[in-house]
Amino acid sequence: MPPIDSVFRPFRPSDAERSDRAAGDRARHRDKVRQAIRENIADILAEESIIGKDRDRIIKVPIRGIKEYRFIYGNGSPGVGTGNGQSQPGQVVGRQQGQAQGQPDRAGDQPGVDYYETDVRLDELIDLMFEDLELPDLERKRLREVPSDAIAKRKGYRQVGIRQRLDKRRTMRARVKRMLTTRERDPEADAERFPFHEDDLTYKHLVTDVREESNAVVMCLMDTSGSMDTMKKYLARCFFFLLYQFIRSKYRNVEIVFVAHHTEAKEVTEEEFFHKGESGGTLISSAYQKALEIITERYHPTLWNIYAFHCSDGDNFDTDNSAALRTAKELTDVCNLFGYGEIKPMGSRAYESSMLNVFRRLDAENFQTVLIERKEDVWPSFKALLAKDRVSESAAG
Amino acid sequence: MARVWDVNDLETWDTRIRARVEAYGLDCYPQEFELCDHTQMLAYMAYSGMPSHYPHWSYGKSFEKLKTLYDHGVSGLPYEMVINSNPALAYLMRDNSLLLQVLTIAHVYGHNDFFKNNFTFRTTRAEYTIPTYKAHAQRVRSYQEDPSIGLERVETILDAAHALSMQCRRNLAIRKRSEADARQAAIDAAQPPADPYQRIHRPRVSEVPDLRRTPIEPDEDLLLFVRDHNPYLSEWERDLLTIVQEQTQYFIPQIETKIMNEGWASYWHKRILDSLDLDTDLQLEFIVRHNQVVRPHEGSINPYHLGLRVWEDLHRRAGGGADGDAAIFAVREADRDTSFLRRHLTEELIRDLDLFEYQRKGNEYVITEVADEEGWRDIRDTLVVSVGMNSVPVIRVVDGDFGGKRTLALEHVHDGRDLHPEYAERTLAFVYQLWQREVTLDTVIGGKRQQLVHNDRGFTVKSGK
Repeated sequence: MPPIDSVFRPFRPSDAERSDRAAGDRARHRDKVRQAIRENIADILAEESIIGKDRDRIIKVPIRGIKEYRFIYGNGSPGVGTGNGQSQPGQVVGRQQGQAQGQPDRAGDQPGVDYYETDVRLDELIDLMFEDLELPDLERKRLREVPSDAIAKRKGYRQVGIRQRLDKRRTMRARVKRMLTTRERDPEADAERFPFHEDDLTYKHLVTDVREESNAVVMCLMDTSGSMDTMKKYLARCFFFLLYQFIRSKYRNVEIVFVAHHTEAKEVTEEEFFHKGESGGTLISSAYQKALEIITERYHPTLWNIYAFHCSDGDNFDTDNSAALRTAKELTDVCNLFGYGEIKPMGSRAYESSMLNVFRRLDAENFQTVLIERKEDVWPSFKALLAKDRVSESAAG
Repeated sequence: MARVWDVNDLETWDTRIRARVEAYGLDCYPQEFELCDHTQMLAYMAYSGMPSHYPHWSYGKSFEKLKTLYDHGVSGLPYEMVINSNPALAYLMRDNSLLLQVLTIAHVYGHNDFFKNNFTFRTTRAEYTIPTYKAHAQRVRSYQEDPSIGLERVETILDAAHALSMQCRRNLAIRKRSEADARQAAIDAAQPPADPYQRIHRPRVSEVPDLRRTPIEPDEDLLLFVRDHNPYLSEWERDLLTIVQEQTQYFIPQIETKIMNEGWASYWHKRILDSLDLDTDLQLEFIVRHNQVVRPHEGSINPYHLGLRVWEDLHRRAGGGADGDAAIFAVREADRDTSFLRRHLTEELIRDLDLFEYQRKGNEYVITEVADEEGWRDIRDTLVVSVGMNSVPVIRVVDGDFGGKRTLALEHVHDGRDLHPEYAERTLAFVYQLWQREVTLDTVIGGKRQQLVHNDRGFTVKSGK
């Protein structure tokens, strides 16, 4: 038999450093995970009560769709295992995966692999959710633009500058160029030394780039009357929480105003808005009146883009309906968008009064209504109000 | 426990080990060892050990999974990886102790010998392994970078191809009949058998074989069938199917001989290290490490453990010594896991290993057979049908133009095990995607014949006739 050859290739750290060959495929996989999350946001929002949670909290998100499907046998087929010497017929050797981890609501027939769980930071989730959304019809109201960001940006090279911005590569190159031309002209020149000259030095040039953003204010109006039971309040808060997170993550200089109302309206803080309950009857016009007051006082429509959103169960005093309609009309005149969300948990719609009927008489292009019946509806209705394509649709139509 | 060592030490040990390997009569390809760190090892694992491999997100997923398990200490890393190529290429982990390296080197020669001599590997063309994978990678990248194709479309085809990749022929030593041969065989089969008493028998009418059907005999190579019979695929799509098919074919021998191969390598590292007269501390570490590798995994099958025990038993039963060697060398050439276990896993050994058969009852797995006189055959047979490619359902193309509508008719060769319904549904969607016309799959679910259909209206299940 011929002798066997062998070779040892020692470890080379340089190889190891640039050997992250899986980086591209990992990034692609990560994209697919994000894609799957995006497709399941409505489910995630319905299942996870993320409302009011800390932004850097990590939540577990069940996602489907990144499994690699093949033809495989179901798990009803028998298998063979190794025993410890005392195997007896009828002995239980294992339990189905996923069952042991305490998820009683899952179908017993499906193994736990049906779901693939991934950890996501809440703010990452929020970014994903709001990727395709923006405040519609944002006009550039030029009078009072706020410089929102001042970022230093590279822009070309200069002969002068501070030492930190010296571009070593270009400086070297300039010196080599000068050296070659000098030697060509004068081959006798001193070959030993060729020091840097002032003219070789090249500096990176930086400019500050100012991005300007239009002024905008978002008014959150919420019904906190007695008829708004826990479920309704929860749905309304869900909606406003999304709105609030959306604006916080997308628009740095957008101001937010919170108004809570029952028979009378008052401006409240974020904390009070999300966490305090009230009771009493409902006069919707009071909230609109308050919003109009605040607008006249602080946010003149020529300077500000104004967005107003109102959530209520629509259980208004009948006598107030005409006033509500009138003030709503006034609001649509000054706002870029006025959205009304009616919260009607399933089944309660038929025998209660609804503002949706009243508002049907309000004819304004920038007025939108949505109906929220279940927590699964919150996200679709939120999207319906803010989706980019809604803008293009209305522009086309 | 880590000992300081350098490459020179490894070379010294390697020379000693090679002398043993040659003395025992192992027949190896030239061997290359490469030292790598744990990140590189994770990457090699994710990419089936190949130095270059085409990109696909599933490898990123597998890397992440391996890394998570490793970082959380759930699973360690293998001490080595060997790939079947000529010269054989093995990766050694730089952080391992000297003893582990010595053990690994001996183990690698076992695999190397097996790759070179086992019959299942004859079709793999070991000389071309690495260049082939490199060429595949370049081709896939060139399609991804081609502006008229792009990453997304390449990925869509690869996703579908990966889903079907295991639907192929299992025993590559059996040559696939060419279409002409298959046709001839069908004609021959239709002829009445030669009858020596023609005069007294009524002449039998020869049946007319259906030669218009494609394929003439059921075809297990799903990807190749789609590639060759869907005229609407573009060249690059066909090429991607070819690439995925070739890579699967390369790995089938390794899937088919997992138990034999790991057992063989463990058997030889044990014999080689026992013959090396190790110092006491090395010897102690060897015993610990060896037992970690070949210990039984309670409730499942550890291929290192089972394989080693069968080889040892075989050697002993053949009379040990030179006779034993002759016996095991013959088996390592001519068997694969199914035949290896069917022939050489004896009743005594099954008893000794305390193997049992289990089945799911409700949410629990319950032992149904234990290693006794009645049970051992069932245990062996259940094991045989779950090793290697036997764990993949057999799906065959029956007709590529069913009903004259270019419907692809598939059948699942049901052997008592049902398909996983959700997986079958999703995978059938991939067949439909590649075939671009209606696809049907005949199977049995819960004792009833069913036909799964995927067409332009989506997925439906029909109860069979």
